[in-house]
Amino acid sequence: MSMPFYVSPEQLMKDRADFARKGIARGRSLVVVQYADGIVFVSENLSQALHKVSEIYDRIAFAAVGRYNEFENLRIAGVRLADMRGYSYDRRDVTGRGLANAYAQTLGTIFSSGGEKPYEVELFVAEVGDVAADDSIYRLTYDGQVADEHGYAVMGGLAEPATTYLKEHYAAAADLDTVVRLAVQALGQGEGSTPVREIPSSNLEVAVLERTRTQQRKFKRLAATALTEMLGNGGPSDTPPAEDPITGEPGAQPPIAP
Amino acid sequence: MSDSRLGPAFLRTGSSSFADFLSEQAPELLPSRRSLPEGSAADLAPHGTTIVAATFTGGVVMAGDRRATMGNIIAQRDIEKVFPADEFSCVGIAGTAGIAVEMVRLFQTELEHYEKIEGTTLSMDGKANRLSALIRGNLGMAMQGLSVVPLFAGFDLLAGQGRIFSYDVTGGRYEETAFHSVGSGSLFARGSLKKLYSADLDEDGVVTAVIQALYDAADDDSATGGPDVARRIFPVVGAITAQGYRRLPDLDVAAVADRVIAARMNRPDGPAAPLT
Repeated sequence: MSMPFYVSPEQLMKDRADFARKGIARGRSLVVVQYADGIVFVSENLSQALHKVSEIYDRIAFAAVGRYNEFENLRIAGVRLADMRGYSYDRRDVTGRGLANAYAQTLGTIFSSGGEKPYEVELFVAEVGDVAADDSIYRLTYDGQVADEHGYAVMGGLAEPATTYLKEHYAAAADLDTVVRLAVQALGQGEGSTPVREIPSSNLEVAVLERTRTQQRKFKRLAATALTEMLGNGGPSDTPPAEDPITGEPGAQPPIAP
Repeated sequence: MSDSRLGPAFLRTGSSSFADFLSEQAPELLPSRRSLPEGSAADLAPHGTTIVAATFTGGVVMAGDRRATMGNIIAQRDIEKVFPADEFSCVGIAGTAGIAVEMVRLFQTELEHYEKIEGTTLSMDGKANRLSALIRGNLGMAMQGLSVVPLFAGFDLLAGQGRIFSYDVTGGRYEETAFHSVGSGSLFARGSLKKLYSADLDEDGVVTAVIQALYDAADDDSATGGPDVARRIFPVVGAITAQGYRRLPDLDVAAVADRVIAARMNRPDGPAAPLT
């Protein structure tokens, strides 16, 4: 009979955290920024069909980086939870906080249970209020931690330089055009002395939660044409970098969202 | 529901139907899962009455009177029976009001749920078939007097035209051309529309025609409410075009209703159609 090696709980958790962090770092970054009329999500996404930002309910949206199949699963679970709450109580009783809690519990349980591998995802759950002070953005990490974010937040591969850029340039209550340009600039920042990349608008996924929308559902995707107008860079899309997880290393790595 | 963690049913892949998910996770919330004691329950709850819908070039209009009855009693005089189902469709209800309203809520959630999960809307026929399935689930209660018979209308973005679907209590789905009506006053409303409707009417013309039809229904059916001039309660009218669903403002409907009433002061039977 073979003797199992002893692994200290600290080491076990550290290994699992490292594993999850590595998976998340492979994906592209995603930026969420508050502006005068709501909250905008900007991410670099080469796919038109596989979304990183989606609608959950009237005022709530979901954004994720990491492994696509895992966060897609969480997104669908969130839609089911929100629709069931809204159906059995009322539409106003579906809150971002409740949803963030449910995700935190789910991610936390999966992370600490030895049976499954931890999810390699990081999420934002954002809810737009009637006034800017009522907006809320929650960051959920792979281990089920919840953090309240204000103004702006970044997650994914190159989060560090983008956060630094936003810290220097972010101003509250800006208009949508300004904020989208700012976010795209932030996403283009490289590490250290790497020059700033220009991201063509065809490679961007941008969506807003806009409190001024007359419809009950405040979520809206910005079409590529509107983005090109906003950014003024509709040129030919650049070839994705070689290390892009969708096109690079076929078979070597399980697919990660672009 | 009090457990805040997302259980296995939430994380399961496959279905994009909200009703299917509910039947697994919380079947008690589905209207079709209730069993009634034996006997008729028809007189226990308010009934909604007449709904009319008519198409025009570029869209469709649906209108409903505002009365709910319980036997010989008027249970409510300002009930609303026309609801948007999603951006491009609406549903009007006749039959047991409580169950019908619940079914509409389920149908609305079903369409929105599909849209969010699949990232695209159902086709017009897909929506009509989903409603069919919900009505079929209610057959048991329909046989005890609690029937629901909706009228479904919407703008088909693929075909570029307004379409109308009617149903029976078994979930049978029938596409109607030009116009249709359901509910207790529907015979009179349909007769009226036969004479008033023509394919070249524009949106305003069709709105006037459906309000005339509801007036005729109220004229001969005691369960259908006519325009309430004293309380200023007029039918609910929804119009769907390529721009989506729009409920006509109360003031606009009141203006049309006032014109119709004024004309009926001279000729109570309404506009005369040519003999040949």
